[in-house]
Amino acid sequence: MEECFALQVHPSDNVATVFASPEKGSRVRVDDSTGTSHGMQVEDDIPYGHKIALKEIAQGESIFKYGEVIGQATKLISPGQHVHVHNVVSLRGRGDLAPAITEEDAHDI
Amino acid sequence: MTFNGYQRPDGRVGSRNLVGVIPTVVCANDVAQAVVRQVQGCAGFYHHQGCCQLPPDLDRVTETLISLGKSPNLGAVLLVSLGCEGTDTDRLYREIQSTGKPVEIIRIQELGGTSKAISAGTDAAQKLALEISGRQRVPCELSEVVMAIKCGGSDATSGMASNCVIGYVADKMADLGATVVFGETTEFIGAEHILAKRAIDENVAEDIFRIVREMEHRAESLGCDMRKGQPTPGNIAGGLSTIEEKSLGAIMKSGTRPIRGVLAYPESATGRKGLWIKDSPGREPEILTGMAATGAQCMLFSTGRGAPQGFPSMPVIKICGNPHTYERMANDMDINAGTVILGQKSVRDVGEEVFALMLEVLNGRQTKNEALGYFGSIDIHTLGPVI
Repeated sequence: MEECFALQVHPSDNVATVFASPEKGSRVRVDDSTGTSHGMQVEDDIPYGHKIALKEIAQGESIFKYGEVIGQATKLISPGQHVHVHNVVSLRGRGDLAPAITEEDAHDI
Repeated sequence: MTFNGYQRPDGRVGSRNLVGVIPTVVCANDVAQAVVRQVQGCAGFYHHQGCCQLPPDLDRVTETLISLGKSPNLGAVLLVSLGCEGTDTDRLYREIQSTGKPVEIIRIQELGGTSKAISAGTDAAQKLALEISGRQRVPCELSEVVMAIKCGGSDATSGMASNCVIGYVADKMADLGATVVFGETTEFIGAEHILAKRAIDENVAEDIFRIVREMEHRAESLGCDMRKGQPTPGNIAGGLSTIEEKSLGAIMKSGTRPIRGVLAYPESATGRKGLWIKDSPGREPEILTGMAATGAQCMLFSTGRGAPQGFPSMPVIKICGNPHTYERMANDMDINAGTVILGQKSVRDVGEEVFALMLEVLNGRQTKNEALGYFGSIDIHTLGPVI
């Protein structure tokens, strides 16, 4: 078994959280929620607590953690790659995407 | 189950017996500080509000300070007023006094300036401190406890270890008939549908969606992506990529019990049992004040990056999910939940450790931030501009 390990919280997740700082080219052990593990190749240097892609994620596809959507891929992500702010955007609290605030809305703020 | 606390005249019970020195406006902070430095047994609340704000915010500040003054960890209260502020100082005095605890007020302008106010405030605080100093702890029902919960300085370990540990204790306290309050509405964004399913009825579910909508709307009002504001640069460095990811980890600390309702920011939870939400932002100075105003006798606070601060009148127990942070900051962290990440202990085992420590803290044992006096920065959450 590899020394570096990652946790996949939910079976439908396409990322796992790495509790080590593996370098590109090393291997990580992925423990899933059912208690089984598998090894995988790390394709980027990944800092402690950051996420690794468990499968290929297409541009625009949802990122799943805890079995829930945590954001959207902004580019193709390959298995073993680092998944973070450089390739994932949030879908919430996006004032940059929201329509201009109307006077009526302003009363609610 | 019982703990040893201070019985207050209004029936509430405290885990601390302090004289609260409450400036009614930011401009009274320096006098309040001088008094707190001089008189043993005082807790100072140096906030930045109370003047040149719109009426709804001035009401919010007055009501928050009333709830804070009524909180059972304060045995007595000294209000420090400047004399020309926007908060309603007469109402503050009257309402806090209605609990039966001793209350005094000094007004800096009326007394003739800083040195005279410091002198009068010192005399008043000394008198109050002497009056409450002989109070004895008595056995109190644990069901009288309001336990606040929060996470701060989160990283990827928070949602997988320390928040799960707090969730275990939250369930246990709710089952024991106590009150549990969690907040950080910003950190419901992306997870509100899960919380709404746990609401006791449709009205509470709609309240949850409403407070999230209002908070998200405020965040969007400057026309930018909220990332960097939430999640913070520290959260991002710790592996949290989006607010949705942060939120899904944050709600773990609320456990699994039904959500009975939503409290407004200044509101007290007295008389309410089970799990409640306090509509509040994620930033420490504001949410800790909101939780103390809730009447919380203690707080469980989860962290991964290492958030050290506490609150002047509410003991805050730090539970660290990141084993490396715990090692580096052991003098600030009360409990190591990093053992969960390392697979050395279960959530239940660490949860029982937290519960046992919490009982000791309710009985009077100091938390690490209390012993260090690390609780100077507090504030009140307001909604509108300073004008």
